[in-house]
This record gives sequence, structure tokens and C-alpha cells, in this order.
Amino acid sequence: MEHDRGEPALPAPRGPLSGGVEDYLRGAGRLPRLEDVARAAVYGEDLQLALYLCYELHYRGFAGVSPDHEWDPELLRTRAALEHRFLSALRSDARVHDSVDEALADLLVEPVDGTGVSHFLRDEGELWHLREYAAQRSLYHLKEADPHAWVLPRLWGRAKAGMAAVEFDEWGGGRAERVHARLFADLMTDLGLDTTYGRYLDAASAEALVTVNLMSLFGLHRALRGGLVGHFATVEITSSPGSRRLAEAMRRTGAGRAAEHFYDEHVEADAVHEQVVRHEVIGGLLEAEPHLAPDVAFGIDATGFVEDRFGARLLADWRASRSSLCAPLERETTHIS
Amino acid sequence: MPNSPSDRSAEPRRVTVQRKGPLLMEGPVEVELEDGSVVTSDRFRVALCTCRRSRRYPWCDTSHRDRA
Repeated sequence: MEHDRGEPALPAPRGPLSGGVEDYLRGAGRLPRLEDVARAAVYGEDLQLALYLCYELHYRGFAGVSPDHEWDPELLRTRAALEHRFLSALRSDARVHDSVDEALADLLVEPVDGTGVSHFLRDEGELWHLREYAAQRSLYHLKEADPHAWVLPRLWGRAKAGMAAVEFDEWGGGRAERVHARLFADLMTDLGLDTTYGRYLDAASAEALVTVNLMSLFGLHRALRGGLVGHFATVEITSSPGSRRLAEAMRRTGAGRAAEHFYDEHVEADAVHEQVVRHEVIGGLLEAEPHLAPDVAFGIDATGFVEDRFGARLLADWRASRSSLCAPLERETTHIS
Repeated sequence: MPNSPSDRSAEPRRVTVQRKGPLLMEGPVEVELEDGSVVTSDRFRVALCTCRRSRRYPWCDTSHRDRA
């Protein structure tokens, strides 16, 4: 089979579910049984990697895997079973605000003594922490804003116009060198990381996979368009202050100019995006479809839930002086400052 | 494209003000600062700091938010 250069290699399986999906994708085995899907740990690395593999077929696919698998009914049935577990767990585990306004109000207050990952990295992060953080986040940032594009045909009026305008900015405003995914690749180069799409899938923790699977879940289902909008709003609202701290971390450690620029750009861009998403996208959506308000609140709360889990895992590992990764990084070889 | 407003040059440019938060206007914009220097932004929309707390003044960096 001929491969696009953009198709990453399949990752190492992490258990019977992800192993079964990979065997099926290679044409070398059966999909996992639905009973096994029902029994697996819902936020565990095996189930989450199996779901990630199903979703990745909608982005860049995998080398050696036929692109026709994207719409394979048997695989979609397995994906639906994985999604059912995931979505049910999120609905029961994530805190749900009574209203969108209350959920947004909580996001718009900046803690005086924050203790999150960006605070840790600003105050005591070392280069190895920053490299691990970038490797894990690369699963999203190398396709930054892509999962949110799927919502565009499902919006109209003010919501569509606002969403499209923010996405246009995320994709560089028509300039390839300003596409945010490209700016992140430049940051990775500063940190001596490999910018190949999918390169760090083996290294990503279960908690990191969950954060990306949430966006794909919301993006691929029209029924969850309210959740997607809530997700996007959460990312844009929390990004600006967090990016400022990460830019400070990059400066303090001498990570490099591109590494600083990625987060500096997000401080400014997301201060604008936040306004557009709240007033135009959420405002426009709820004007047109007010019954989606609980879904928007759920999207906000589910995003907070998975991001908190990811942050807690990173900090627990780092405070114990352990790597947060499931596979070691290559030694840094390309850094030139 | 949001940044190609030439055919609308006769229309007034809308600026959105809020009691709390930045002033929003369509980009691109040039801002002349007190010392005479000029900064530009070609973003499709620009958020100008009104609280004067921004560390990236004149652009908003969300420093107006309440802290708790």
C-alpha cells in the first residue's frame, strides 16, 4: 500500500482493546468483544487508546491502514461502544453547573494562589518538565483547532460567523507560517523534540489521551454540538492567563524564542477569542437553540474535569521526581539557542 | 476575509464597549501610544485594554478579571 508521508505509524498497543483495534486495522485480527469494552477501566490507557485510534482515522489515519476504515461499520460499532462508556462516565463524574452563566463565571475568576500545572512550570519548571509537557500536549497542538472545525456546518448565523473567525485566526489568518499548529512545531524544535505528527502517541499518558478524545467526541457528533462549543469556550477562556505563565516558564528556562512566541501569541489571541466565543458563539448558539444550554454547561464542566485530571497526574509525577510519560523521550539532540 | 474591509470603507467601524472588559474593534488597527510610538495588530478583531493592568498594553491580556 502506498502511504502518505503525513500518516503516522500505529502506536504500541496498551491492552486487549487497543490491541484488538490495531489488529483489525492491519487486517490481522478481530475487533475487541463488546463485553471486554464494557469491563475495561473507562479512563484507562487501553480503552482511551482504542478510542483514540478510532478517532485518528478522521484526522490523518495511520501508515499501513486503509483510509476506508474511517467509515467501516464494524469499527464504528466498536467506537460507539467505547464512546458510550466514555460519555456515560463523564456525565456522572463531571460537576455540572446549573447554568452556562454560572459555569462561565467560575472560569472567569483568576485564582490568586493558583496551584495548577502552569503555575508549577512558571515557578519551578525545568527543561525536562517543559519537554514532557510539550510532548503530551503535541497530540492536540499539532492539530490545534481541527476538532472544532467539525462543528461549523452545525452552526449558523452569529455562532457560525464567530466560530469561523476564531478558527481562521487559529489557522494563521491565511498565512501558513502563522498556523498555531506550526507555531507549536517550532516550539517543539526549540525544545529538541521531534515535530512528526503522532510521534509522541506512545509517550502520552491515559489522562492526556482523554483530553484529546473529549474534543473528538464532541466534534464528531452533531448531537454534542453544545458540548463542543462549551469545550472551545473553556479552552479559550482559560488559555490567556495560563499561556502567560507558560511563556514565563519558557523565558526563565531559556527554552528559545519560538517556544516563548507560541505562548505569547496565545496570551493575546485568546484574550480576543474568549470575547468572540462568549458573545458571538455561545450567545448566538443559545439565541438560536436555547435548549442546548445544559449541553454547553456540560461541555464546560467535562473539559474542566479532564483537564484537572491531566494536571493532577502531571504534578503527582513531577513532585515525586518521576517522568509523566509512558515512553521515554529521545535524548535532546537538535537544540540550538 | 475579515481583514479585507475595503469595500465597506464607507461604513462606520463598529466598536464594542463593555463595562468590564476590553474594547473590541475590527482589525487591522494601529494604536498610537502616549509616547508617540505606533503599534499595529492585523487580527480579525482586536481587544484593547481599558483597565490599564495589561502587561501587553494596549492589547488585552485578561488582567481585568476578578481574582479570588
